Amino acid sequence: MEVYLDNSATTKCYTQVGDLMYKIMCQDYGNPSSMHRKGVVAERYIKDAKENIAKILKVDAKEIFFTSGGTESDNLALIGTARANKRKGKHLITTSIEHPAILNTMRYLEESEGFNVTYLPVDSKGRVKLETLKEALSEETILVSIMYVNNEVGAVQPIEEAVRLVKQYNPDILFHTDAVQGFGKYKIHPKRVGIDLLTASGHKIHGPKGTGFLYVGEKVKIQPIIFGGEQQKNIRSGTENVPGIAGLGLAAKMIYQDLEIKTALMRELKEYFLNGILQIENTTVHGETDENSAPHIISVGFSGIRSEVLLHALEEKGIYVSSGSACASNHPAISGVLKGIGAAKEYLDATIRFSMSEFTTKEEIDYTLETLYNCVPMLRRFTRR
Amino acid sequence: MKFHSFLIKYGEIGIKGKNRYLFEDALVRQIRFALKDAEGEFHVHKAQGRVYVDCEGEYDYEETVECLKTVFGIVGICPVVRLQDEGIEKLKKDVEEYIGAMYPEQNQTFKVEARRSKKSYPLNSMELNCELGGVILDAYPNMTVDVHHPQIRLNVEVREEIYLYSEIIKGPGGMPVGTNGSAMLLLSGGIDSPVAGYMIAKRGVTLEATYFHAPPYTSERAKEKVVDLARLVSKYAGPIKLNVVNFTDIQLYIYEKCPHDELTIIMRRYMMKIAEHFAKKSGCLGLITGESIGQVASQTMQSLAATNAVCTLPVYRPLIGFDKTEIVDISEKINTYETSIQPYEDCCTIFVAKHPVTKPNIERIERSERNLEEKIDELMQAAIDTVETMMIS
Repeated sequence: MEVYLDNSATTKCYTQVGDLMYKIMCQDYGNPSSMHRKGVVAERYIKDAKENIAKILKVDAKEIFFTSGGTESDNLALIGTARANKRKGKHLITTSIEHPAILNTMRYLEESEGFNVTYLPVDSKGRVKLETLKEALSEETILVSIMYVNNEVGAVQPIEEAVRLVKQYNPDILFHTDAVQGFGKYKIHPKRVGIDLLTASGHKIHGPKGTGFLYVGEKVKIQPIIFGGEQQKNIRSGTENVPGIAGLGLAAKMIYQDLEIKTALMRELKEYFLNGILQIENTTVHGETDENSAPHIISVGFSGIRSEVLLHALEEKGIYVSSGSACASNHPAISGVLKGIGAAKEYLDATIRFSMSEFTTKEEIDYTLETLYNCVPMLRRFTRR
Repeated sequence: MKFHSFLIKYGEIGIKGKNRYLFEDALVRQIRFALKDAEGEFHVHKAQGRVYVDCEGEYDYEETVECLKTVFGIVGICPVVRLQDEGIEKLKKDVEEYIGAMYPEQNQTFKVEARRSKKSYPLNSMELNCELGGVILDAYPNMTVDVHHPQIRLNVEVREEIYLYSEIIKGPGGMPVGTNGSAMLLLSGGIDSPVAGYMIAKRGVTLEATYFHAPPYTSERAKEKVVDLARLVSKYAGPIKLNVVNFTDIQLYIYEKCPHDELTIIMRRYMMKIAEHFAKKSGCLGLITGESIGQVASQTMQSLAATNAVCTLPVYRPLIGFDKTEIVDISEKINTYETSIQPYEDCCTIFVAKHPVTKPNIERIERSERNLEEKIDELMQAAIDTVETMMIS
């Protein structure tokens, strides 16, 4: 049996998305900037994708900009607005548990462009402490960036309250959210909440890799960070990745079909899985498990077993998971997020992230639990002395 | 300057008496292997006791030289300009052009070394030397003749065609792979073992390799890394047969039954036994390891003796007297360093004791191993039976 429980790393493409992309690559391959019919056909795909996404977010289609993925969207959002607004101030705020695409971009802005950045701490549930946000805001603040759902422990951030706090202090401060793990799981309406910029990625929602978008509110001042043929209103130059964009648009549309039913099912499975996990001695579940946690992410510490070993043991049985966060797993540094939420030392190097999708079934969860019941005691027998 | 051929100089193998043709044939074969993916068509052949690589049509000079530099047995690579015999006057003009293009400063000392193997040519070797030397002196007044230590030795070989060459690019030396039997390399993901394999291959030995992995304690990526290393070594050593042995059960069994501080040394003894089994099965004449005296606890003189004691085949340790920095230098030269330092755990490190024995006593180790008698043969057999074998090139 093959069980893919690493959907926060990436997801399988919807078949319809793959089919559509294939058709565009081999038949409707025009350049959307071309003046002839082939170009018009290609441009139509981009318009459709924009409209699909705009409808989901309840924003205007012209506020959607396509990028090469979550990382580029985050870079564009932070660098593009920081540079465009630096006359108003040079202070930025984010949290300590963001994805490296945010953290390393912030570090760049600090080190090379003279901005000051405040990194807000989180509580033991992995949620940003709002009182520290209040304290951090200053005359100089121009941008606050807080992720929607944390990718490692699944904590859903109090975005609405955060936006309210920020805008009460100064409505001109821009608010960005990295919603790579939230888009496709939650109905997010940036305009109603007051979010100015929002990042999403294609391959986390059963779309293609190398695709993503940034929502940029109409009034937001932003500069491009790459330069070229002035496509996408000169905010993001480069011939549009038409098959990728169309795939992303279709995937977004599909994942939001019957969203409530899908997330309710995932939540049910998550609860079922958690109950099963807690049968195993000396395990802990990081972050929250209630409504304030993402329906698809479960982060579990197995004391006494290095996560990499458990990961490979599960792999041998056809179960695919991540240790810590997949993006950071290549360099085996201890997870900053787990430290941030104050996880006990014994769990820092012993945590596995299971992440589900709408395709996850109860049989798969049963098989995974069964496997864990066998593996965990066996692996604990042989630990480093 | 457009070169049409490479003259391959080989040192040692020229003096191997009646076996000489074996060495030359191996050299030709290895050169063909090295050039198989290079851009262009090559004709590799022996002629009058020499090996030539003739380049047919378009080829990439830099790439070709890089490929030739990986062939053991080559001492020097001489880029050759090949000319049709169109009379002595034409030859004089060509020699003048050659010197002008190759040495734009035109102020060096030189010597002409002509060899006339086509006896019907009107000038003999001595006459050719004089004539052509005169041409160069006339054309480039700042150049002077030095017959003892010239900066430039212009070789002119008159055969059916005329060969001009004066530059020698250094080759890797050694002997062509395939001329000295085969040996089994214990390949880990570290820095040392690929270098050890390279050094033995350099002496003409064909390599086979054995890697021990311990899933789930070591990952698929650790195995990929070893495959990558084998591929890098095979650039020099030719195709390598790689045996991947699952060592987990043996390792856990030792871990359960033996003193923890002896784990590594006992593990290594079983690795040697298994590697030797595969070595004998495929006719290898020895084992190769990357050990160097005192580098880690398992490589002290006592530890080496303890691991050596389980083998009947000779164990070759080409790095035995090398410091780590010297090994790193070679690994950088052969391009394995970057791959070796990727941080994947290998099976030697997973259960390692904080203070492993550094002076193991063989009798004590053997006593500890008696604790394994019940299941170890069965586990070794299972490890041997489940080996995964692949050809790397």
